[in-house]
Amino acid sequence: MTMVTEKDINEQIAWAKINTDVLKSMENPRPAYWVTLAVCIAMVACAVLAEYIQYTVGMGTADLNNPHMWDMYIAAFVFWIGMSHSGTLLSAILHLIHADWRKPIYRFAEAMTTFSLLTAGIFPMIHLGRVWNLYWVLPYVSDRGIWPNFRSPLVWDAFAITTYLTASMLFLFVGMIPDLAICRDNTTGWRKKLYGILALGWIGSDRQWRHFRKIYLLMACFLIPLAVSVHSIVSADFAMSIMPGWHITSFPPYFVAGALYSGCAAIITLFVLLRYFFRFEDYMTLPIMEKTAKLTFAIAMVWTYLNLIEFASVWYGHDVYNKELLIAKATGAYAWIFWTMLFCGSVLPFALAFRKLRRHMPTMFVVSLFLNLGMFFERWMIVAPTLSMSHEPHQWDIMYGSIVEWAIVFGSFGWFGMLFLVFVKVFPSVSMYEVKEMVFHRKRSAGEEDLARMTDHAKPVTQTTGGGGA
Amino acid sequence: MMGLFGDFEEAHDAIADIRRNEVPGLTVDDVTMTSPIEHPEVEEVLGDRPVHIQKFTLFGAIFGVVFGFIFLAAAQASFLVQPQGGKPVIALPSNIVLVYEMLIFFAVWLTFFSFIFLSGLLKKRSSLYSEKVSLDQVAIIVEIDESIGESVKGLFEKHKVLEIREEAIR
Repeated sequence: MTMVTEKDINEQIAWAKINTDVLKSMENPRPAYWVTLAVCIAMVACAVLAEYIQYTVGMGTADLNNPHMWDMYIAAFVFWIGMSHSGTLLSAILHLIHADWRKPIYRFAEAMTTFSLLTAGIFPMIHLGRVWNLYWVLPYVSDRGIWPNFRSPLVWDAFAITTYLTASMLFLFVGMIPDLAICRDNTTGWRKKLYGILALGWIGSDRQWRHFRKIYLLMACFLIPLAVSVHSIVSADFAMSIMPGWHITSFPPYFVAGALYSGCAAIITLFVLLRYFFRFEDYMTLPIMEKTAKLTFAIAMVWTYLNLIEFASVWYGHDVYNKELLIAKATGAYAWIFWTMLFCGSVLPFALAFRKLRRHMPTMFVVSLFLNLGMFFERWMIVAPTLSMSHEPHQWDIMYGSIVEWAIVFGSFGWFGMLFLVFVKVFPSVSMYEVKEMVFHRKRSAGEEDLARMTDHAKPVTQTTGGGGA
Repeated sequence: MMGLFGDFEEAHDAIADIRRNEVPGLTVDDVTMTSPIEHPEVEEVLGDRPVHIQKFTLFGAIFGVVFGFIFLAAAQASFLVQPQGGKPVIALPSNIVLVYEMLIFFAVWLTFFSFIFLSGLLKKRSSLYSEKVSLDQVAIIVEIDESIGESVKGLFEKHKVLEIREEAIR
């Protein structure tokens, strides 16, 4: 009996239809798109109001005081940096291993990378309090000729995130050039002007494609170690200190795994939304969702393993502060966050192991939201308990964040959503030329297989193959 | 002259005929193919055309390392006037992290700029460009002498060309 494999995409889909469908999505989304955009803008408005209060009244309104000098803002910063790893994973890593099912969905994952970084970049500014001094986060020489301390992981952050942001934006832009040319050739008015400028005169010549292939490969090769280094450096913000719960060797891989995990979960969320908003059922298909879900499940298990490693090394390390902190995480004031994190991060992903659930879009949407809730709690559990229970017992304190802090964090989701939704309305969220390539090559290989099968059947049977003969 | 073909196979075969000198006075060096997707297979008939982007990438990476280290070391050297408490003025472990980032930063930017210039972007599009190429057709553009125009047309027609356009170059 032969097993019929469901195809990732319909190979018979006409190229003209690919252009039409994607271009139409930029003009005519479902009403739910506008509702979601309005909700995001309202969330941003909440954050702006909260920031205004914090700006005029002072940092005390955010409950930022000794020992909680970082807390929610740094947790949100780490969360958004983590989210940015989705594009690198789906675009660069899967590109290098020739997983062509990524082609219909990698564009929005790359856009997620850029907008997540732009969202993450806001938090150091907000945390400064004096936002007019935001340039202080950049490494520059002061008027006394003194440079920042290059041994500090916070300075490494500035270098790493600047590099990652520029590299991921260039990667996104370069990958879009052929599609921008398609948009240029098929639109009118302001869109034609915009795409005409951004397409940089692309005509699809063999010379351009040859160079395009090379740059895409080179940038993918750079982006992978860059993404790993960025989140390792973010983990160094904590691990380079001697605070209990932070000074842990496995922090860099733990952060990278957590980043890939939250990125994958966010891809599932946006996959479901875009598929519905833009009627992309022909491109964001169920088999592609299944593959994304399986990938997320695999990464969830890596993350779970790294959690267990961390717990085991703390437990058997017998460092009294670390051990007490671990016990406090599981049984103290933050216990409900700790167990929710473990449930969402390690137990809930088992839903992704069931085919029926992987193919049910509403379920996947809800599961992906809870996975990211778990990931946000993970960041909260990294930051808050250590600050609450450091080496000095007289400083011990519990903190859940003020309404101002929560409003700004809440608004950051709106900010990300707003940027993302505007992007997918202005630029093609499905890569047209890559989907055409996918269809072309799959059709061709299917044709070659058919031809080989017909040739085999046409051959006279002169010898037996295999060794099972009686 | 530009010939528009309905599929890649026909365009490929037409270029193969040019390679076999079926039109005297026309070689594959005069041929440009434009297509809606990448066709690396065309290099079989167009010949090996070099790509030099990676050299710029390497240069960018080396520049990033050298500039990065000098920049950091020069900045740290200004700490000489300050007490260091026994720590090295130029701290290699932390500098390696930063130099690594600068390696990638400069390599990526140089790769990008070299792509723009080497792939012939930012040029005004010729009137021979057809918007159908961004849809589903493949075009062969050849720079030829007027005297062999009919032979080239004949070759294109042999391979089921859909449309032929011509532009005079002075």
